[in-house]
Amino acid sequence: MKPAPFEYVAPTTLEEALATMGAHGFGAKLLAGGQSLIPVMNFRLAQPAMLVDLNGVTELGGLSAGEDGTLRVGAMVRQSALEQSAEIARHAPLVHETMPFVAHSQIRNRGTLGGSLAHADPAAELPAIMVALEARFCLRRQGGERWVNAEAFYQSLFTTALEPEEILVEVEVPPLPAHTGHAFFELARRHGDYAQAGVAAVVTLDGSGRCRRARLVYLNVGETPMVAEKAAAALVGEKISDSLIGAVAELASRQEIDPTDDIHATARYKRHLANVLGRRALGRAHARARASLEA
Amino acid sequence: MIGKMDKRTIRVSVNGSDVAYDVEPRLLLSDFLRHELGLTGTHVGCEHGVCGACTIIFDGAAVRSCLMLAVQAHGHSIQTVESLGSPDNLHPLQEAFREAHGLQCGFCTPGFLMTLLPYLEQNPAPSEEEIRVAISGNLCRCTGYQHIVDAVKLAADNLSATRPAEEKTRGERESVTEG
Repeated sequence: MKPAPFEYVAPTTLEEALATMGAHGFGAKLLAGGQSLIPVMNFRLAQPAMLVDLNGVTELGGLSAGEDGTLRVGAMVRQSALEQSAEIARHAPLVHETMPFVAHSQIRNRGTLGGSLAHADPAAELPAIMVALEARFCLRRQGGERWVNAEAFYQSLFTTALEPEEILVEVEVPPLPAHTGHAFFELARRHGDYAQAGVAAVVTLDGSGRCRRARLVYLNVGETPMVAEKAAAALVGEKISDSLIGAVAELASRQEIDPTDDIHATARYKRHLANVLGRRALGRAHARARASLEA
Repeated sequence: MIGKMDKRTIRVSVNGSDVAYDVEPRLLLSDFLRHELGLTGTHVGCEHGVCGACTIIFDGAAVRSCLMLAVQAHGHSIQTVESLGSPDNLHPLQEAFREAHGLQCGFCTPGFLMTLLPYLEQNPAPSEEEIRVAISGNLCRCTGYQHIVDAVKLAADNLSATRPAEEKTRGERESVTEG
């Protein structure tokens, strides 16, 4: 037996799960796909007194698009389902394009959207792209719920706005405005491994081709998904050129990330990667926004 | 709710047979298959989701059995490497691994096979690049992967060559039944 003993609870309704978390939240851990929790339990780095298995809570498995393109995705939707969903591909192409980078197929077959978001690993892709897309998370407790912006949800390393008795139940991804382009780039030593650095870019142009809005969000170069606000602000109102993109990516990689050395890469190298990948991501996102303007 | 060491009865379909067992909640699915059922074809390497040696098919999809609890398999269906061929009658995928030298020590092989079985059903003619992505979650320390990639190509060719024939046979059988 690798994991330490725990009490196992498998609710079949959300209400039951919320009641259990209300009573045992501090000592209990929610089990979603288990692709991060079970490894740390196998190492006994985590020894929760109770596991609340959400895999039987079918209410958390919904995926639907509203008439305006707003996506609502249940926390227990498998990552492989996100990858294959036609609605995701249509309304959130950044998610569709990023999914193949999220671990390996065997992990995505089991791993869930909500599990990855709530785990808050700064090297994970899903938190960064949800911050880039300005998604909102629904956190529910017995008798109430609140909505938190993805950016505010991430507080620190593996630390989120979730209270012990709360469950992240649903994610709302707003529709992309017209003339919006997106891109995602990362560099990993092996396909599917955690990236040394990665970045998501979303660029919206106005009718004259000037930048109306931009988002640039990095992964694995800080304790949370790192939002490059200065860089984005430097693009707004401008006609985007290669030289502007170069300057903005440089600014973000110098001032708006906080990488640390690890076994695979030095902080200096991660800054270099952030600069290069940021430039590529902005370039592709801008090119796609332009193409939609000209179409 | 059950106590920490209390056992819970699970009913699982394993390689087409229904089994019922009492297991502790903390028993990993990989250990359940090996220690309780004696299905030692599923290998355990890293036991934290990196190496892919323990890959099995769970409700039709390849998953890592070391990252699931046996209790979670209750009411579900599992396929392990034992469901493929026998030494005298290898599955076409196994035959291709033998033919193309897709293994040396064989430790990683069950994980590769169970990853590739559903993959080749959904992707009957993958490119070399696609094959390398498909097997990226499985580690092999012997082959350098080239012979595994060759084996997958061979398996894809052999499986697609046999597939229409099987369908034809099935069609003939149906028409016989109807007649």
